Order: sequence, then structure tokens, then C-alpha cells
Amino acid sequence: MNEQDGLTGDGFTEHAPAQGWGPALIMEKARKVYPMADSEVVALDDADIVVEADEMVALVGPSGSGKTTLCSIAGGILSPTSGRVVVGGVDISTFGPKQLTRVRRELVGFVFQSVNLVPFLTARENLLVVDELGRRTGAPARRRADQLLEELGLADRAKNLPGQLSGGQRQRVAIGRALMNDPELVLFDEPTSALDTKLGMAVMELIRDEMKSRGIAAIVVTHDERITQFCDRSVHMEDGRVL
Amino acid sequence: MKLALRELRRQPGRFAAAGMILTLIALLLMFLGGLLDGLIRSSTGAVRALDADVLVFSSSAENAFLRSRVEPALRATVDAVDGVEQTAGIGVLQFGARMPDSDPRDLLDIALFGTELPLQSVDALPGEGEVLADESLRQRGVTEGMVLELGPGRSPVTVVGFTKDTSYLGQAALWASPQTWREVLGENRPDQLLGPDVFQALLVRLAPGSDAAAVAERIDEATGAATASLTVIAAADTLPGVQEQQATFNQIIGVTVAIAIVVVALFFALLTIERAGLYGVLKAIGAESRSLFGGLVLQAVVLTTLSCGIAAVAAVGLDLAIPPGSIPLRISALRLITSLVYLLVAAVVGCAFSLRRVLRVDPASAIGSSS
Repeated sequence: MNEQDGLTGDGFTEHAPAQGWGPALIMEKARKVYPMADSEVVALDDADIVVEADEMVALVGPSGSGKTTLCSIAGGILSPTSGRVVVGGVDISTFGPKQLTRVRRELVGFVFQSVNLVPFLTARENLLVVDELGRRTGAPARRRADQLLEELGLADRAKNLPGQLSGGQRQRVAIGRALMNDPELVLFDEPTSALDTKLGMAVMELIRDEMKSRGIAAIVVTHDERITQFCDRSVHMEDGRVL
Repeated sequence: MKLALRELRRQPGRFAAAGMILTLIALLLMFLGGLLDGLIRSSTGAVRALDADVLVFSSSAENAFLRSRVEPALRATVDAVDGVEQTAGIGVLQFGARMPDSDPRDLLDIALFGTELPLQSVDALPGEGEVLADESLRQRGVTEGMVLELGPGRSPVTVVGFTKDTSYLGQAALWASPQTWREVLGENRPDQLLGPDVFQALLVRLAPGSDAAAVAERIDEATGAATASLTVIAAADTLPGVQEQQATFNQIIGVTVAIAIVVVALFFALLTIERAGLYGVLKAIGAESRSLFGGLVLQAVVLTTLSCGIAAVAAVGLDLAIPPGSIPLRISALRLITSLVYLLVAAVVGCAFSLRRVLRVDPASAIGSSS
């Protein structure tokens, strides 16, 4: 996110950072607690993590270790119960739902486990939906979508619906969608779990190339150790703690 | 919003069932409304056609011509009221009429009006022994120049022309001079024969600039409440059965709208449940609940408008296909628009039931469980 004017209003102004030259993510003592009937469940236990601007981090751990919670907090989907979270220089620790919606729209990109493209939109429209959800920029967004599709090798598939694309192509469209808003941080949630090994490795190569060429930070949530070779470093989690 | 419209365009099958049900509901609504309009029109046409502003009945008549009597002295009092420019007597009789060479039991239901004032659409009253006939009688075979025999006394009257939209309580009206009316009355209902210059009711034309409701009040004051005066529009509404018809049909229309609300609510609630995953993803990438719900409402509005459009074409087709005079159906643009508005309101209200569900969709659901 290099457009300073995109970070005005909704509480962004006072947090407006010097963009592009600080860590993409700073998480200090981030804690997420869910109250239960007589007790509470600690989903994230004082997690500390820093992801530099062009760094690619693999977040590894068993189911229930807190990877998804950490990812959700870093992506502005959940608010931490306590601790400090800074995304792209914007302290989002105390942001409300409306401000977090804007964080997700402007600072973060997501690639979901099951790809989750909008089934009735073409590949190009799936990218443009990001623009339609926020401040519409029109022609610049269309140019960016075309450019991303070109770079992702999908120019000839721009008018295809997700159902007409292969698994790998759908994954590439999802990556394009995550990059549409020129994010500070892209969160990949098990990006290869739905793909066979060969395709999974190819997709990871593509993710690494795309992130590195653009200098965008990424967190790849995975339980597959083979994925870690594509990342700069691995962060392990267990029982809600970053090890 | 664009997203919602694209879904409608690209996945029309998904909305087909709801669209079909809404089309049938819209057609039912338009048909019921058309029947109501047709019934009201066939009940009140004669009164609405009167070229007067106020109708004066005797106070004990409860606004019914047959029970009302206005004596010359009472008429003189009305004539003197401020704002009254002219008064004219009027009376009506309902009975059967025979066409020449028809079966003796094949009677036309008619209402014979005797009036001192010609109708809005007619320049002059017919001559003695002559009548103007409501156009609906053409479908029964009545033609200009035909001699009809009225009532058990078989009083002959000659049809010298036709008038449009002048039915009275579902019966075709015949319009005659007071003299002809009195003669027919005397020959068929001697017990109801009125004295000279006595009429069942009075028509009042107002002086320019006068307010009809205010003059009606002044007339009743001047006659010491011996009269019950109504504007012609109000008089049409108080004709026997009119309000009952309106109330009955409006209740049925209300229930139909309620059913439409339920249909829209159920359909879009199901659609919202089905879309929960997609909404989760869209919220995760920055969609606001407001815009997702707005898209839902837009889809309901477009679907309802399309359904109403198809139903309107079907309703007009039905109107054209049904033989005139068989069913009192009247499909008007106003009724079609009113039905559309009712259903649009139903669509928005129906969608409102899904609002909470849309608000509750958690963007965290897009990236698996939140641990």
C-alpha cells in the first residue's frame, strides 16, 4: 500500500505510517481469549512476530495451534484481546469492525484454503471485485487486473468462469485477487492443500516469485513442512504460542 | 451492487423458482385488484357519471335512492343555500327489461334513472318514451332504435343512444326524462309512485368557487337535518355493497401481500444461508455487511419488478381474452403500478428478515475456524 491518500478517515489518519519502509507486520504480546461458560480458551498466547516488508514466513503447526487465529488477527479479521498489532505501519490493535474492514480492503490480501472465487464472476471480474468493494477507481483497476492476469499467465483465461479453470489456474486467480489492492501483507491459508504435490509445489514457486518480485510480505499458513523451503523462514506454533 | 446484478444475470436459474412464485402472486394481486376495480366501476358508474357536485337524500334514507324522498318544499330550501347554483331531481328504479322477440324469462337487469339533468357525457335528456342505455347492453344485443319493455307492466321505451360506464350496482342503467321515469314507475310500481315534483333525491350543481363538502354541510344545516347531503364522489362510495366489496377485496389483497412477504423472506433467507461461505470470503476481502445486504435487496427488487412485468402482461392478456360483460375485470395502469409498489414493499420487508443473518456472517469463517 503505497498510496498515502488511501489511508485517510476511519481512524487511519492518526495511525498513518511511513509506508513501505517498516515491517509489514509487528505483533507484540498479541493474545486472543474466548470466554467459555466457566472458563476461557486461550487461542493465541502472547504471540510475538515481526514480518519484514519483503519477507515470506511459513507459519507451521498442528491443528489448533493458533495459526489461523494469528493469521486472522494479522489480517484484521479478528481483534486481539490484548497486545499490539501493527500492519503496514498502521496500529490496528484497537480498531473496531468498520476500521478492520478497511484494513482488509486496503492493507491486506488473502488467499484462502479452498480458493473461494466468486463462482459467477469471470477471472477478470474476480480480481475487479476487490475494487468494487472499496473506493472504485474504474479504469486504473481494470488496467491493474489485466496486468496481473498477464503476469500470472492468465490473460487468455480472463473471461473464463472459475468452473472453467483448472485448480492451478483458480489458485492463480486467487493470488491475483489478493494482489489487486497492492497490499502490505498477503496471508495464504493452506494454499496447496487442495492441490496435488506437483501442482502444489508449482503454486508455491509462483507465490514465492510473485511476492518476491513485488517486495510484498507474506505469511503462509501450512502444516506441510515441504512448503517451508519456499519461505525465508518458518515460525512454529503450538498451543497458541509462537515457539 | 454490481455483484448482485451479475449473479441475477448469470445464474437466473437460481432465482427461477422464486421468480415464478412471485409472478403468480403478482398476477393474483393484479387480478384481484382488477376484479375490485371492475366491481366498483359496475356499481358506481351511474353516480360518477352524474353532472353534479352534491347528492341530497332525505335524512332517513341512509343514502339509498329507493328509501329517499325529497318534497318540493325541501328542494326550495336547498335551492336557497349559499353556494347552490342549480338543483335537479333524480330517481331510480331497478327491474327487468325484455328485448323484442326474446324469451319471456330472458330479462335484462336494468336500473332506470329519471333525471332533470343530462349526464356529463350527454348534451340533452332523451325525449318522452325514450332512453339512453349503458353501453354494456350492446353485448346483450340491445341496439339503437330497439324498443325495450320494462318491468311487469311491459312499459315500452325506445333506445335512442348509448352511454359509457354508467352501471348501477352491477346493473346496466337506462337514462330517461323524469316524465318517462314517472310513467314507468306508475305502470310497474304504483305503490311507489311519487307525487308531482317529488323526487327520490336531488342533484346539486355548485356556484363557481364553492366547496362541495362545505355546501353539503350547509344544505343539511339549512334543512334542519332533514337531508343527508354527500359529494357525488362520497355518494358513490356509500352505495350499498361498495364498501363491503372494497373491504373484502382489500383484505384478500392484504393477505396476498403478506404471502409475498413470506415467500421473499423464505427465499432470500435460504439464499443467504447458502451464500454464507461466499459472504464470509467477501467480508474477509473487505466487503461491508451494508453492501452485501444492499445487494440482496437489489436482487429482490429486480426480481419482483421482473415478475410484476410478466404478471402485468399476463393480466392485460387475461383482460383482453375474457369476453366483455362476463367478469367485471378492469385492469388499469394504476392498479398494475399499485400492485408493483405493494410487492416491492413486500420484497424489501421480506429481505429485512435476512439482515441479521448477513450481519452475523463472520469473515473469519473464510479462513477456517478461528481456533
